Amino acid sequence: MKILNCPINGPRPIQEFHYGGEVRSLPDSATVTDAEWADYVFHRAGEPGVKREWWYHLASGTWFVAERDNRSDEILRTYLYAAEARHE
Amino acid sequence: MPHRLLKFALRKQYPEERMFRAPTELRDEYDVVIIGGGGHGLAAAYYLAKDHGITNVAVLEKGYIGSGGTGRNTAIIRSNYLTREGANFYQASVDLFQDLSRELNLNLFYSERGHFTLAHSPASLRTQRWRAEVNKHLGIDSEVVGPEFIKKTVPELDLSCGGHQAPVVGALYHPPGAIARHDAVAWGYARGADQRGVEIHQKTAVTDIEVRDGQVAGVHTDKGFIKTRKVLSAVAGWTTSITERVGLRTPLVIHPLQALVTEPLKPWLHSIVVSASLHTYVSQSSRGELVAGASLDPYELISMRSTLDFAETMSGHLLDLFPFLGDIKILRQWAGLCDMTPDFSPIMGTTPIGGFYIDAGWGTWGFKATPISGKTMAATVCEDHDHPLITAFNLSRFERFELVGEKGAASVGH
Repeated sequence: MKILNCPINGPRPIQEFHYGGEVRSLPDSATVTDAEWADYVFHRAGEPGVKREWWYHLASGTWFVAERDNRSDEILRTYLYAAEARHE
Repeated sequence: MPHRLLKFALRKQYPEERMFRAPTELRDEYDVVIIGGGGHGLAAAYYLAKDHGITNVAVLEKGYIGSGGTGRNTAIIRSNYLTREGANFYQASVDLFQDLSRELNLNLFYSERGHFTLAHSPASLRTQRWRAEVNKHLGIDSEVVGPEFIKKTVPELDLSCGGHQAPVVGALYHPPGAIARHDAVAWGYARGADQRGVEIHQKTAVTDIEVRDGQVAGVHTDKGFIKTRKVLSAVAGWTTSITERVGLRTPLVIHPLQALVTEPLKPWLHSIVVSASLHTYVSQSSRGELVAGASLDPYELISMRSTLDFAETMSGHLLDLFPFLGDIKILRQWAGLCDMTPDFSPIMGTTPIGGFYIDAGWGTWGFKATPISGKTMAATVCEDHDHPLITAFNLSRFERFELVGEKGAASVGH
């Protein structure tokens, strides 16, 4: 069984989680061009490797960030987005 | 047969000709380099040589031919799609498939079975009705049928799903739905291309693509540099590794999709049975194995590992549909990579980079498109202009917000 470490609830089976896709930042809607907006809406970082991703713990309603290698499925670390933002 | 086998055993040399040559040295320069020796790449090579007389072509394959999605799909061929662009494209593919064994002089075990897409709810039946009407309008043989017809055609199917799932209330029925031997499709195209002068280089990986002033200049491989002005990327699940090399952004996300086969059984299941609600499709191959596939794995992964989760869920759904399979063993399971697009249509044709052509976004619908994608990509590469059947699938549709929402794809739940 694949285990994912929820920053709030600790190690839980991956069936308890929902995958939310790549962490991306919203372009400034006041200055963004059509091409930049289309790029934001559709395009994704293609290079295989370690990705920052949104994950959601269904049972407790917790959104958090996981750093995962999408070639080996190895989860390097998980943390709350807000906690990381404070550190930066 | 035993006599032939005995003669074979006593001979020092392999009595049959090889399907294609195994060139050891790469030439310095090719007119076209095709990355990926799957069905699509090999079909493109074949049609480049046959339709357009371009034979100075190399197909580079990092593994062995047909080792990716070509040999990992569930080999279903159908054209009951939902958009005009999709249905016309896949119908052209079915038309080519029907004559392909003769054209390639190789028995592809192409077998028309009839294809049921079961509906377990009125909402799902409504989608099937929509598909049927669009199909009829486009001249594709497709209709909605009731439970009586399903029961008569597939008597082994438990329409009540044993009470574990919502009962089957009807289905979309597509009589030309077929299966074929998928690896033979790759071999047949490989042999046809090889006979016309195309070189197929297996175990040759592309490491980089040289672009000068917005125009392809060559390809770096683990066996050296090749000069070329035209490169076709036909690597499906590995596309993002290639497009990153040329700085092209795509909407592709890669998910594994898992499938399994059971031990061989006497022929009993003639039809192809799909349940969109249970994310299950099953058919019986010509050697008696039940071939069953699921929906995508729930998160992105560029790896072909398989999971116990899948084997458990798929077995459960197979038993819901066919309860008497309880004692049948799973023979093997595997995964293939699906390069998914947001609109469930492929990405095909020219790109902003001169001489770089893309054949990707094959998600769960790649095998059935093999002949037509080869034919249209060959024309596109030759004329440097998108073939009319694929103009709607160009990568630029995303920046124009002109998506081709294909809700007839296998991965779309209804």
